[in-house]
Amino acid sequence: MYVAVKGGERAIDAAHGMLDRARRGDPKVPEISLDQISEQLALSVDRVMTEGSVYDRELAALAIKQARGDLVEAIFLLRAYRATLPRLAVTKPIETGGGTVRRRISATFKDVPGGQVLGPTFDYTHRLLDFTLAAEGRAQVHPPDEATVSLDPTPRVADVLNQEGLIEAIPQGDEPDGDVTREPLRFPASRSVRLQNLARGDEGFLLAMGYSTQRGYGRNHPFAGEIRLCDVEVEIVPEELGFPVVIGEMTVTECEMVNQFKGSATVPPQFTRGYGLAFGESERKAMAMALVDRALRAEELDETVSAPAQDQEFVLYHSDSVEASGFVQHLKLPHYVDFQAELNLVRRMRGEAAE
Amino acid sequence: MMDGTSATAATTTGYNFAYLDEQTKRMIRRAILKAVAVPGYQVPFASREMPLPYGWGTGGIQVTASIIGQADVLKVIDQGADDTTNAVSIRKFFGRTTGVATTERTIEATIVQTRHRVPETKLRDDQIIVYQVPVPEPLRWLEPREAETRKMHALSEYGPMHVKLYEDIARYGRVTTAYDYPVMVDGRYLMRPSPIPKFDNPKLDMCPALQLFGAGREKRIYAVPPYTSVKSLDFEDHPFTIESWDEACAICGSTESFLDEVITDDKGGRMFVCSDTDYCGERRKESGDEPA
Amino acid sequence: MAQIFATESLAPGFADPVHDSQASFRAALAAFARPGRIERVPVSPGIAAPGSLGRAATAFALALLDLDTPLWLSPSMSGAAGYLRFHCGCPVVAEPRKASFAIAGGDVPALDGFDLGTDEFPDRTTTLIICVESLRTGGAVTLSGPGIQETASLSIEGLPAGFWQQRVELQAMFPRGVDIVFACGDELAALPRSTRIKEA
Repeated sequence: MYVAVKGGERAIDAAHGMLDRARRGDPKVPEISLDQISEQLALSVDRVMTEGSVYDRELAALAIKQARGDLVEAIFLLRAYRATLPRLAVTKPIETGGGTVRRRISATFKDVPGGQVLGPTFDYTHRLLDFTLAAEGRAQVHPPDEATVSLDPTPRVADVLNQEGLIEAIPQGDEPDGDVTREPLRFPASRSVRLQNLARGDEGFLLAMGYSTQRGYGRNHPFAGEIRLCDVEVEIVPEELGFPVVIGEMTVTECEMVNQFKGSATVPPQFTRGYGLAFGESERKAMAMALVDRALRAEELDETVSAPAQDQEFVLYHSDSVEASGFVQHLKLPHYVDFQAELNLVRRMRGEAAE
Repeated sequence: MMDGTSATAATTTGYNFAYLDEQTKRMIRRAILKAVAVPGYQVPFASREMPLPYGWGTGGIQVTASIIGQADVLKVIDQGADDTTNAVSIRKFFGRTTGVATTERTIEATIVQTRHRVPETKLRDDQIIVYQVPVPEPLRWLEPREAETRKMHALSEYGPMHVKLYEDIARYGRVTTAYDYPVMVDGRYLMRPSPIPKFDNPKLDMCPALQLFGAGREKRIYAVPPYTSVKSLDFEDHPFTIESWDEACAICGSTESFLDEVITDDKGGRMFVCSDTDYCGERRKESGDEPA
Repeated sequence: MAQIFATESLAPGFADPVHDSQASFRAALAAFARPGRIERVPVSPGIAAPGSLGRAATAFALALLDLDTPLWLSPSMSGAAGYLRFHCGCPVVAEPRKASFAIAGGDVPALDGFDLGTDEFPDRTTTLIICVESLRTGGAVTLSGPGIQETASLSIEGLPAGFWQQRVELQAMFPRGVDIVFACGDELAALPRSTRIKEA
């Protein structure tokens, strides 16, 4: 007599045990600490904080450790945790024009007020594996230079252009800022909603979308007006006080693209903006985001919407790694009822075809 | 009589009853009432990230978490079975976060959360069935754009769906949709019944139980109130039919239930068994052929 | 009459917010699922009903209103403003059309003055709670539609003249419309917009 396979619960428990052991790896190798992840895998932490939508290095490091280094899984862990947190206050917009600038470059002007500050970048490293890093406990770490941060005022490049009226003013909508975690998407989506979606969006997806605009699928003639990495203060205005109070500091990467715009019936030719912002040092993400943000402004700027990166529904519905990963991977769940229904149908149709 | 139920003693501390915070529950509860008031219409809601992946039942879980109370008895099935891994995992989740009694018996449940099946046992009017929905929009494969499908629903513009089904008939002599077969609810809204086999579609029509549908990733909730007309789309010359098997269930002998095909060897051997494990087990009990 | 009396706003809400909210919601859900059927709201008697709000209406409001739901109150219900603002945090608005929930007594205004939604978003509508004198006596109507096996009967005392006629006129606008909850004492009955009615 056939008995259907049972024991789903035991199988799950056993799988969790195996996962625990696999996570730890060889017990002879020292266990990694959250501090080590936060300090030495800092860019993983930054990405997880950005797409996980929680600025907390320790939680992000924990998520990375728990996820065995799978960043998309870590992002999911952080998001699920975030969903249970109460909303205590809404901060004032951060002021990226102030704060401590650790890196700041502009591709549009040779020099700008505040100067070009290279900062900690991979840009001019030669991508040669550094075998000295393989030797543990390398004694020599590069000593800090004098000028690692810029202390001069560093106004944003776009604001400089704005004095000449050559670039659009920052578009200000009348609508209050949206929040994709509290309202389902509606189309057309406001820019604040789009930017929030992109900030949480998968870096790989945005990179491919941004790249596609450069290859002609919604070309928008971008210049990297400015990329900056800076530490900024975060402020709230408590109801009972009525004035801003600093509640912490965060590091962000900001990218403002300056894009050519031929003008329309109502607007003279001028430069337009694409904007990207990410937690920590996430330069590739911020740049890709700025390209896609500008592409998504096509409709608002009366440009033809023809490429995937300009299509709001396409981009916003497919950017989220938590949604995408879940749905792609749900295909491994049992579908044998549906498959049986299809099997019956195909057999019947083949039978009829053979007659 | 709760002999088939089991209460989970320890609930997970640090989280609210049924995991969701109260504000989220209120938001979902409001959406559910709207869904019941406009049968078949997909109400957008601010779906939350759940501790289970999107696509694995987060919509159904959020609906269940928003309706469930301490007195409820929960049954969770996937493919008709209580012991498939995802059903086990979801049942465990509610056990841990609510401590409510769970059951594998359809007749004992006040709430049944399901993926891909409707129980063979007829549901009662004091029960609620919650469907997990991957893609809620019945027009999605015809029109990928939300803005467009929304207009089509507003205008009851369902012609393209009829055309699609009729093209099937013209080419293959029948509609080639075997599951997630589209239905009209109360003569107004075209709706996806979720990926249940079309065998189950007739169970939705004039069902005494309240039917709630949750799509977490797509952020939609919809409903079919009790005793509501649910008609599978068809044509006068090609009426809707459900599949049948030449075989009977190899375990309980049923010729009326949906059967899963089980491959028994690599020489073409196969057998057929009920997909609804509770129904099958109860039938064996009744016939005295109880499993050891 | 915007004055708020501290004693009123401090009258207690749910003794057990999590489970009382759930029980109140389930009563409302059962009522919506079976239009015309009277449901008792099974919450502890601790909740105070300020102004003219009965306990069932109070429980419904406590369970479903919050800062995301603008509320409109008819003049006869304005005494509850402070209480509901305090317990639910809901903004109280002056125009029925801007409200996602409205609570009225016998002074229900014209139904088409509420937010009836759009054909594309028929979920964005006002839900109207009417505190009535009785759910068992008064003018009877016959109900049919989703949630009702054949027909059901509903008798309500305390509605303004012409109310049913207005409700019948809204039926042609479906899926737009207003969902109505009649509340009296510990009980409520619902009349979702999908219900078709005939005056007896």
